[in-house]
Amino acid sequence: MSFIPAGTVYGTLLNFRGELEALGAKMNEPPYKAPPKAPVLYIKTANTFSTNGTDIPVPARVPQVEVGATIAMVMKAPGEVAGYVLMNDLSVPHASFFRPPVNFKCLDGFLGIGGKLVTAEEAGDPSQFRLEVRINGELRQTVHFANMVRDAHALLAAVGEFMTLAAGDALMLGCGAGRPLAKVGDRIELRCDSLGTLSNTLVAAA
Amino acid sequence: MKFARVVYEGVVRTARERAGQLLLDDGGLVPFDAVSWLPPLNPMPQPRTILALGLKYADHAKELAFKAPEEPLVFLKGENALTGHRQFTRRPAGVEFMHYECELTVIVGKTARNVKRSDAYDFIGGYTVANDYAIRDYLENWYRPNLRVKNRDGATPLGPWFVEAADVPDPMTLALSTTVNGKVTQSGNTRDMIFDVSFLIEYFSSFMTLRPGDLILTGTPDGVVDCRPGDVVVTAIEDIGTLENRIAVDREIGI
Repeated sequence: MSFIPAGTVYGTLLNFRGELEALGAKMNEPPYKAPPKAPVLYIKTANTFSTNGTDIPVPARVPQVEVGATIAMVMKAPGEVAGYVLMNDLSVPHASFFRPPVNFKCLDGFLGIGGKLVTAEEAGDPSQFRLEVRINGELRQTVHFANMVRDAHALLAAVGEFMTLAAGDALMLGCGAGRPLAKVGDRIELRCDSLGTLSNTLVAAA
Repeated sequence: MKFARVVYEGVVRTARERAGQLLLDDGGLVPFDAVSWLPPLNPMPQPRTILALGLKYADHAKELAFKAPEEPLVFLKGENALTGHRQFTRRPAGVEFMHYECELTVIVGKTARNVKRSDAYDFIGGYTVANDYAIRDYLENWYRPNLRVKNRDGATPLGPWFVEAADVPDPMTLALSTTVNGKVTQSGNTRDMIFDVSFLIEYFSSFMTLRPGDLILTGTPDGVVDCRPGDVVVTAIEDIGTLENRIAVDREIGI
């Protein structure tokens, strides 16, 4: 059985150095006016969950989908990580990070998950994770988790300052810069040595 | 009909109101203050989607010096944010401005996908009251309102009652009010919402499937003020309920 989170799934924006570099001086300009202090989080609602191997529907009004390849921590208890799982956090591409991205990120099926939860012990140090993204077999992105702004431990601590991640909740470590785009018909495959493979295909929504 | 979820003698029970007391699902009749109140929601098989609206009333948008939005300003919460009637909400030390927001809350009754506005009410299971506290000190302009402002543990009291939709013939003409220590600080009417409940069901279901038990917190009108430690904040909506909460400081809750 492919893993499905029992709790709320949180994503993290701007947790990779490349994302900050891409924004550069814009972070100090309106509407942002300053770089973020606390972790910038968002929620992927349960209607977005797609298990490994399933097709993901893309509405006709969305010509391209942004691939947010990442790894999520899944909680055993507050402050304690049960394990890690691959996630493909799909978005309708959007340039502004000023308002919460609900209508860009919470489309039905827009979060590939799995295939399996790997225990924290087996998975090893999250800062050593390396994730490859292939679209139709072609390598399009390599995410080095050594480039995280806050490592897994620091991210958990910073989030825990203002909210509790309970058993079953999941927190993504971030997606890196240079996220590839995909379209209907494309097969997206995420691979990490210690976590396995997550594969989903984009199909036209009925 | 309306029901509550409460903990009585360590057991979670559903309850109905009977002659100013709670009739528990095991037949017991107990006073309101003999129980600990939970949000009036049944558990869901998957994580609950909790949608909330910002700048939803024309007057509140004006108060915050924004122009009224052309499409809804929407944010999400996790279930950690919810707490029940007569519970407390933490005001962290050093905070300058923490305010309540009295909000009509829609509880989805049927799976909703591409619902037309004219059919929207068929998909509503019921209503309750939310107090969607915000701590403005923590506002940042990234995915604003950010989760540090709006997704704090227990900072969204909900309840006391789940009021079935059939008992609310028109949710768009309900008086809302908030009192702080008995003094009225906020009053409005759901008729002044910029985007009404049927619009919201159509809008959300146009891009995401809503399931029974999902929530939509519909935003707050004019009149938000800072709440101090020890304040008793009562958010009330005509025909839906009167939700009480107290502001607690860190030392009371062992932080």
